[in-house]
Formats: sequence, C-alpha cells, structure tokens
Amino acid sequence: MATAYDIPAKQAEPEQDGRASVVAVENLRKTFASHTVLNGISLSVSRGETLAVLGRSGTGKSVLLRLIIGLETPDSGSIRIHGQDIAGLALDRMGEIRKKMGFLFQHAALYDSLTVGENVAFPLVHHRRDMSRSERGDRVEQLLAEVGMEGNLDAMPSDISGGMQKRVGLARALALEPEILLLDEPTAGLDPISSGEIGDLILKLQRERRMASIVVTHDLHSARTIANRLALLDQGNVVIEGRFEDLQQSDIEFVKEFLRQS
Amino acid sequence: MSDRGFTAVAGVNLPLAGRRNRPSPSFAGSAAGPVNGFFEWFGSLGIFSWQVLKAAVTPPYEWRELIRQLDEVGSKSLPLVAMAGAAIGVIISLEARYSLSRFGAKSMFPATLVYSVIQVMGPIITGLVVSGRVGAGIGAELASMKVTEQIDAIEASAINPYRLLASTRILACVLMLPMLTLATDACALVTGWFAQNLVEPLSFHQFISSGFNGATFNAFLPPTFKTAVYGLIIGLIACFQGMRTRGGAEGVGRAATNSVVLGSLFLILADVVLVKFILVFFP
Repeated sequence: MATAYDIPAKQAEPEQDGRASVVAVENLRKTFASHTVLNGISLSVSRGETLAVLGRSGTGKSVLLRLIIGLETPDSGSIRIHGQDIAGLALDRMGEIRKKMGFLFQHAALYDSLTVGENVAFPLVHHRRDMSRSERGDRVEQLLAEVGMEGNLDAMPSDISGGMQKRVGLARALALEPEILLLDEPTAGLDPISSGEIGDLILKLQRERRMASIVVTHDLHSARTIANRLALLDQGNVVIEGRFEDLQQSDIEFVKEFLRQS
Repeated sequence: MSDRGFTAVAGVNLPLAGRRNRPSPSFAGSAAGPVNGFFEWFGSLGIFSWQVLKAAVTPPYEWRELIRQLDEVGSKSLPLVAMAGAAIGVIISLEARYSLSRFGAKSMFPATLVYSVIQVMGPIITGLVVSGRVGAGIGAELASMKVTEQIDAIEASAINPYRLLASTRILACVLMLPMLTLATDACALVTGWFAQNLVEPLSFHQFISSGFNGATFNAFLPPTFKTAVYGLIIGLIACFQGMRTRGGAEGVGRAATNSVVLGSLFLILADVVLVKFILVFFP
C-alpha cells in the first residue's frame, strides 16, 4: 500500500556504466569565525543522478554548494569535479570547470539592470562568442520556453514574481548546457503550486539532459520528488544518506524528528 | 594577513566570496587593532590591484563593457565638470584681478588665470567632481551587486568579475580623467576671460596669446595627464570598496561613502607627490 512518503517513480535513473562520480566531496570542513559549518562531510553524485541535501537552517547546505562551485574555499578536504581537485585553481582555470556547471541561487541573483532575455543571454555572450546575434536570440527563446517563461524576454527582473525569477535563473544556469546542476533552495519562498511547477520542471530537465544534480532544500516533499538520493545534514555532518525509504526506516532520532516535522 | 581569501599572494586566485568568513578590514581599523586594520586594508587593496591587473592584461577583453563605462564615466560626467570648470574660472578671475591690482601686476592676469586653471585648479577640481559622481556610483553599484549575489552569479557563470567589472571601470576612469580635465580647463578659461571682459574689455585672442606666451608643453601636459593617476585612484578605491561590501543596505551606503571619502583623500595626497614629481622631471 502506498504511503504519503513513497518516492514517486519519476526520477531518471543514474548512470550505471562505471559509476564514476562527477562531483566527489571528501572530508570537507568549513568554519566561519569560530562556527564550524561543515565538519568533514563526504558526498558524491554521478551522471544522471540527483542528490537532495536536506537539513535545518544554518547546517551548511548552501555553503556546500558554494564550495563546490568555488565561491567559497574549504578549510580542508577535497572537492573533485570529473576527478579534478579544484582546490587552489586559478580563477580562469576554475572558470573552465564552472562552464560545465549551472548554479541556481536561492534568490535567483538575476542581474537587475538587464532584461530577462539579457540575463539568460549573459553566459552565451561571454562564452559563445562565435554565436551570431540571431542564433543567440533563438537559444534564449528556447531556454525561456523550456522553463515556461516564453514571452517575457523584455521584462525586467523586478517586474516578475519570485517563482518566475527562479525560472529565469534556471534558464540562465542551463544556458551553457552544464553537466552539473547545483540548485540552492529552488522552491523556497514559493507557494505550493509554483513550488510544484519548479519541481516538475527540474524533473523534466533531469530526464532530458541527464545532468548530475545537487539540490539543497528544506522541502522534503520536493526533495523526494526530484532526487534519487537524499542526504540529511545536522551540525556539519551527514546524519544519513540514501533513498527515502532508508530515511523512513532509520532509527536515528534526528531523522525521525525531521521526517515528523516535514 | 589572516584572511584565507587573500592567499592569492601565493599565486592562487580565490573567490571574492571566500572573504565573507572574516570581517573585512576597514581603512581606520577596528577599535581593537587600528594599526592591524590599517595595514590589512592596504594589503587587501594591494592584492585586489594585482588581481585586477592580471585580469586586465589577459584575454578575453571586455571591449563592450569598457565602451559602456567610457560613456558612463566620460560623457555623463561632462556637464558636471563643465559647470564646475565654469564656476572656477569666474572665481579665479575675480580673485586674481583683485590681488593683481593690489600689487600693480594687472598685466599678468591672463597668465595667472591660465596657469592657475591648467596647472592646479582644473585637474584637482575635475578629480574631486569625478570622485564624487563616479566614485560613489561605482561603489554603490558594485556593492549592491555584491550583497544581492550578482557578483557571485557572474563568477559562477565562469566570468572573471575582476575583468568584467573592475578592470573596465578603472580603465575608463584612467582614460577619461585627462579628457574631462581638458573640458574643465576650457570652460574655466572661457568664463574667466568672460568675467574679466565684463570689467575690462580684452579680446579672447589677446587673452589666450598673452596667457600662453612662452609656455611649453612641459607646463601644461604633465598637469593634465597626471589626472590619469587620479582616475586610477578613483576607480580602484571605488571598485575595491564595492566588491568587498558586506551587510545589506547599510553596507551599500558605507561602500558609496567610503568610495568618495577615501578616493578624494587619496587623490589629494597623491597630488602632493605628483606635483613634486612634475617639478623634478618636467621643470
């Protein structure tokens, strides 16, 4: 009999060939002033797989994503992207790795002086210099259509809702056809309908593009909808990692409490 | 320096955001360590300058953004510096005529006006006006981008923010300051002559030929082109203050204020050195 916590059989299955990790994090530690945010965590994601990182506020979920894309530097531990350790890479070399990654910020972080279309075109203008203006325009329209934002090309970010901003942010993150997608609270602050739409959108993109994705979220419902695996963080450590059933069957008090409250 | 984000001295570029785990050193320092704060601020500025220089000289070059910034710094500052120059011309004219009359040296009026404007007042007034308008603008714009994660988004899009945001703005300031100074000088000379002409008729041709009589390029070019250094100071300080901002709206306000205050202060201090340098090397 199905329960409210059954994982919908919608997710794309991760790649089985070789199981090489696209993103591998080992013994990662990060401290801000005297506060340890991440206390030696290890996680990995393969191609076609979506890992949802759950936890209470302030447990370092967003910091983990920022470390992976190199916006923060770890105190110790390693982060490997396609097997390459990114520690100490020069900004331009790190840029080459970032081209393979798409990042959706929690508050979308759209460029407020550019239109929606210009925001999505921004990575293309800088990294696809061989693209003609019309090719770029077509690509932007296609990306906006993919996230259900067609017809908003000339709108300013301040003129659209939070959910729409996240869609535009997602389109921008997908512009360079990344192999890795990092999503920071994609459904936070959205109403249940918008939240569901964003979740469906991520699932659809995941099926079509087979990216390795890490989704940071508080939202257990969307996490189990879009992720193959879940990792629950508490006090800088991974408390449990596995399928949703593993969390349900766990005897760990924190896991039980988290599931009860979600 | 304790900040891990600044370990770039070892040849490693670390992200701008990596600095958020430590409080940014302020120019005046903290109450606990004003001396440390002072040196940390200069150390951070030095590393920031190195990052910008490296980004500026390596491709890809951001021509489109540079042209936009040239317009932003140059064309849009032109009315302001022209008005400031016009006012300064009238003020110097009134003051010079009165002082020279007292010493019976009225014939020196054109040369006094020309030298005062071109060697002293034109450059410094242009620098201060641009520091107020452009310094505050750059500081506030970049600070606002920083606190709303737009600079992080640029970096996450594999674009070097030192290249796109800082080097273009600084270069625009360096290139535009001498041009704006020429505009200030021209306006000041015209209004200075006009003010004099209202009291004692003097043809413009006579005024110019008398004012520039015996002048060499050394008398006029170095004072005009020293403003490129002003531009460097204004752009560098404003970008530095903006891109290291923390603390929301308050941080944005602080960045804008600091950009103007520190930019103007360093500009005046630099002028002391530059004047001496010009006197020694361009006598």
